Amino acid sequence: MATTKSARKTDTRTAEKYRAYLRQMLLIRHFEEKAGEAYSLGKIGGFCHLYIGQEAVAVGCLSQLRPTDAITTTYREHGHALARGIPARAVMAELFGKATGTSKGKGGSMHIFDASLGFLGGHGIVGGHIPLSTGMGFAFKYRHTDQVAVCFFGEAAINNGAFHEALNMAGIWKLPCIFICENNRYGMGTALDRATATWNIAERASAYDMSREVVDGQDLAEVMAAMERAVVRARRPSAPTLLEVRTYRFVGHSMSDPIHGHYRTKEEVEAHRKRDPIVLWAEKLKAEGLLDDTAMEKLEAEVKAEVQDAYDFADQSPDPEPEELWRDVYAPVGEGR
Amino acid sequence: MPVITYRDALNQALREEMARDQDVFLMGEEVGVYQGAYKVSRGLLEEFGPNRIVDTPITELGFAGVGVGAAMVGLRPVIEFMTWNFALLAIDQVINSAAKMRYMSGGQVGVPIVFRGPAGAALQLAAQHSQCFEAMYAHIPGLKVVMPATPADAKGLLKSAIRDDDPIVFMEGEMLYNVKGEVPEGEHLVPIGKAEVKRAGEHVTLLCYSKTVAQCLKAAELLETEGVSAEVVDLRTIRPLDLEAILTSVSKTHRAVMAEEGWNFAGAGAQVVDEIQRNIFDELDAPVLRVTGADVPMPYNKHLEKAAKVSPEKIVAAAKRVLYLD
Repeated sequence: MATTKSARKTDTRTAEKYRAYLRQMLLIRHFEEKAGEAYSLGKIGGFCHLYIGQEAVAVGCLSQLRPTDAITTTYREHGHALARGIPARAVMAELFGKATGTSKGKGGSMHIFDASLGFLGGHGIVGGHIPLSTGMGFAFKYRHTDQVAVCFFGEAAINNGAFHEALNMAGIWKLPCIFICENNRYGMGTALDRATATWNIAERASAYDMSREVVDGQDLAEVMAAMERAVVRARRPSAPTLLEVRTYRFVGHSMSDPIHGHYRTKEEVEAHRKRDPIVLWAEKLKAEGLLDDTAMEKLEAEVKAEVQDAYDFADQSPDPEPEELWRDVYAPVGEGR
Repeated sequence: MPVITYRDALNQALREEMARDQDVFLMGEEVGVYQGAYKVSRGLLEEFGPNRIVDTPITELGFAGVGVGAAMVGLRPVIEFMTWNFALLAIDQVINSAAKMRYMSGGQVGVPIVFRGPAGAALQLAAQHSQCFEAMYAHIPGLKVVMPATPADAKGLLKSAIRDDDPIVFMEGEMLYNVKGEVPEGEHLVPIGKAEVKRAGEHVTLLCYSKTVAQCLKAAELLETEGVSAEVVDLRTIRPLDLEAILTSVSKTHRAVMAEEGWNFAGAGAQVVDEIQRNIFDELDAPVLRVTGADVPMPYNKHLEKAAKVSPEKIVAAAKRVLYLD
């Protein structure tokens, strides 16, 4: 009797967690749709790369981490930032370039940071942050902690020297690093098979004596399970992993790129949209009796309100003070060891 | 005071800072088992072990980035480039990662790191191994560029650099490693951003850093035999420039020559000359001249190489021109 009761309790907790993941994915989706809208209204400037279609990757991977772990990612990072728990208000305000943004409006869409959450940047040079995460893994091993360094990058980054150099060192030194290649098939407009001689990206890990897995990035449960295994390998004794997570970008490379452009067909995009990670997860929860239409509608309404609140907050926030131009170039005088 | 080489002064700085702070580590090619390509890290592997003296593959972009990442989570890496010529492979990490992180994170994430190694020409190493890149790095906001000329400054500045919270480009003179000089034992710190008058004089200011300091001191001796009293100001740090020291000296002598090893076009000295003319135009009795390396890739042939390099004689000639003595 006691066992059944505790099992039921666990189920409730699991169900709550599963619905929270659904909520996170919905938040990212609506946030990105709103960001696209704000961009076309001129409220967001520069480059703006949306994460629509890839939500299960960020949510699934980050669900397996502890608050003390460190994350770096690319310029397509609004989703990772939200999944890590950075408030939507602060992320949207950064996109708007406002003083209330994560980087006080000085980073923008491509450079979201929250050091308190170990979220160490959106980085703008393809592949350039892979050595940074490797260095974080190096530091964790140096200090004998069981922290993990996680790095998200696109499949186009694997032909960059930084990828090879960093993964080689992670392999030699057995660093607690998880390299997550979000294979969305296109580096901007160049298809994987036009850019990469061997099609199986995960197999690259064999060159670095590293564990590897190919994961269906539209299936949240699969992403979580693969990431859980990678985290176990990384924590202790430390060993790196390369995860190739196959996913798809439902929208253009950036706001200046139409949804399918010249490099992929409308039919291809439509076919992939049928495997929407949010729909797949919601259906799974419904099939298991963990979600009904009323609960789904309630979640949608909540998330929409949160995104609208973030938008209003960003819109009404002040620009940075003019003096902010000169701050944060160097450390304040008198600091150091 | 003990007299030691520039090389051993750097070694002392590393040893003392590593003993003082567990977060300091040295990483680069051949720094451990081989004892350093130029033996700057001699004995450190034995003293601190392989976790803190880390040999890397030949992978400059990779290990420069590993250093930046480690610094972002609190370590104090010293990254050795076997020479700054090879650091060109790592420049994305120095400029796009190290120099930008504090600003683009809105002040949340600093990068306390030292990139160090030998710079400039040695002897007959030809075009790819005989280059000066300080102007390139000094161009970048977020970086500090330090170039010591003497053993005492090498030790004191490296210790300050390791304790500094910003990314430091620390350029050693390849031809200076065997130079000997008095070096204070133990805690000896030279502040970053402070020039030093290496020789006082009245008639002309010779501005210099790194290898050209000894050449300017030699030039000052030659000028003295002709009755000219030259003041030699060693900049020591290229960025931030010690403007006060430069302007004070030139305001006194009213004439200046800037000597630097690198190429002429947009060299670090061009910035110094610009600061002088903008700030104390009325103090000048002659245009400021620059003595630089020839604007060519370094040739191998030793006569051609000599012709391309700065020399005390070239500095003397420039000093005479600003004094209207030739």
